[in-house]
Amino acid sequence: MIEVEGLTKQYGAVRAVDEISFRVDKGEILGFLGPNGAGKTTTMRILTGFLPATGGTARVAGFDVFEKSLEVRKRIGYLPENPPIYPELSVQGYLDAVARLKQVPSDRRKARVDAAMEMARISDKRADLIKHLSRGYKQRVGLAQALVHDPEVIILDEPTVGLDPKQIIEVRHLIKGLAGNHTIILSTHILPEVSMTCDRVVIIHQGRIVANRPVNAGQDPGSEIVILEIKPGSGGAPAAKALVERLGGVKRVEMQTPDGNGRVQARIECEPGRDLRSRIAAEVVGHGHELFELRASRVSLEEIFLQVTTQEAPGAAPAESAATGAAS
Amino acid sequence: MKGTYAVFRKEMSLYFVSPIAYVAVGAFLFLAGIFFQGILAEANEYAMRAAMQSMQFGTPLDIDIPGEVMRGFFGVTGTILLFVVPMLTMGAYAEERRRGTMELLMTSPITDLEIVLGKYFAAISLFLIMLLPTAIQMGILFRASDPMPPWRMMLSGYLGVLLLGASLLAIGQFLSSLTESQIVAGIWTFLVFLMLWILDFVIRGSSSTVAGAVAQYVSILRHMNDFTRGVVDSSNLVYYASMILLGLFLTLRSLDSMRWRRA
Repeated sequence: MIEVEGLTKQYGAVRAVDEISFRVDKGEILGFLGPNGAGKTTTMRILTGFLPATGGTARVAGFDVFEKSLEVRKRIGYLPENPPIYPELSVQGYLDAVARLKQVPSDRRKARVDAAMEMARISDKRADLIKHLSRGYKQRVGLAQALVHDPEVIILDEPTVGLDPKQIIEVRHLIKGLAGNHTIILSTHILPEVSMTCDRVVIIHQGRIVANRPVNAGQDPGSEIVILEIKPGSGGAPAAKALVERLGGVKRVEMQTPDGNGRVQARIECEPGRDLRSRIAAEVVGHGHELFELRASRVSLEEIFLQVTTQEAPGAAPAESAATGAAS
Repeated sequence: MKGTYAVFRKEMSLYFVSPIAYVAVGAFLFLAGIFFQGILAEANEYAMRAAMQSMQFGTPLDIDIPGEVMRGFFGVTGTILLFVVPMLTMGAYAEERRRGTMELLMTSPITDLEIVLGKYFAAISLFLIMLLPTAIQMGILFRASDPMPPWRMMLSGYLGVLLLGASLLAIGQFLSSLTESQIVAGIWTFLVFLMLWILDFVIRGSSSTVAGAVAQYVSILRHMNDFTRGVVDSSNLVYYASMILLGLFLTLRSLDSMRWRRA
């Protein structure tokens, strides 16, 4: 449904988006995760036809966002970070105006406005002026605005920012309810938001994609990394390391140097989708090592996120060299 | 075309809930009324004096009072517009930019030209609504005059006011598209209009020089004088048409540059 290839956006000397590529399948919810200023909003603005890209291509429903901008815009519902509302209008009057702007045929306009209000659960406020609504309701009006022309693709820029916890849960439910019939991209800088609402996450940092992976809500999310703490028996730490490495499904073992009590901590990377904890325990104990701790690391997504957002210097260097390389 | 109408509808519905539009229209009608009354009183006095002179010296009475009143009224209407139009146009784009609704318009399946035209036609419509009550003044003038002033003169006077207003609206909307603050837009628009007006005074002494001739051509009110005398000159039509097209063209370019700037 959405195909992005080598997309680049240059603002003067600043490269806000740097050759990013990803795709979103029909009915999928993609989470766009990154710290503020990572390039999320810029990418979304390019997809919605608000900004032209400097390089690369992006296609929505088969239409190039630059060449066939109007075709793309017909198919996209977009909620910018601040809902684009006219406070002096009533909810219904506003949605009717938006439906006209989005070229909803006149015979379907009334029904679409009603449906959008129904979906965003603001039907009871239809006659209220938008300026009299609370922040949460304004956000829902913004969502209704993005839905009014029944778009195939919905793009939401930080849809839960500035809402209270109850409103956040409501908006998340609403978004999840839209999946299936709609393809959705939402941006956020809050990690749990992604694991709660999205099927796939793209982590973006300093204009580049640093991770693109599915969010497996059903599976134990930490099963891929296991933290082990033992007091090695005969053969010491190297023997224990070799023992674990021999197990099927183990990709890599990092063992630290023993601490004062002679205990060693190890970080074991396993193949995705395999939980090897019980087998590791059996092997370690069976070979005479003392087991102190064994746990699945539940922070894998967070780990990536923290890694990219804290290692500023190494992240910046390749981005810069790529920028000069492309410029010359 | 459908996009233009959608923008037009949206603009009109916002005008009717906007206090600024009411204030601007109210201010215009108030000033137009005051000045009309002043012009009438002055004309009355002048006519009385002329009649007395005519009786005293036995010369025939040869003055066109209704024509003078009409000329004076259209002239002063043009001047009032320089002050009122900035109020009508200052929010056109600046307010959309500040609210982020520009993003809504520019990501809707309509072209930038449709946005520009929709907004412009809405402003013209409001302007026509604003002019409509001045028919009262015209009615008074036509009822009180015997013989009635020529219709032709009134129509060409309105045409002049309309063209002047349309030019000012086009320029004002362009200036509004340059900033996110409608106050800044309003002040700039007023200053630009003031310059176009002051040129008229500056050049009075120096119309023989080249600079004087250029200034004379640029001065926006000067081109209305012929209209108020009942003369529709094609050079004036060309002048106002160029101003309107220039304003709309620059607005279109300004929207385009919004897409390239860092927002």
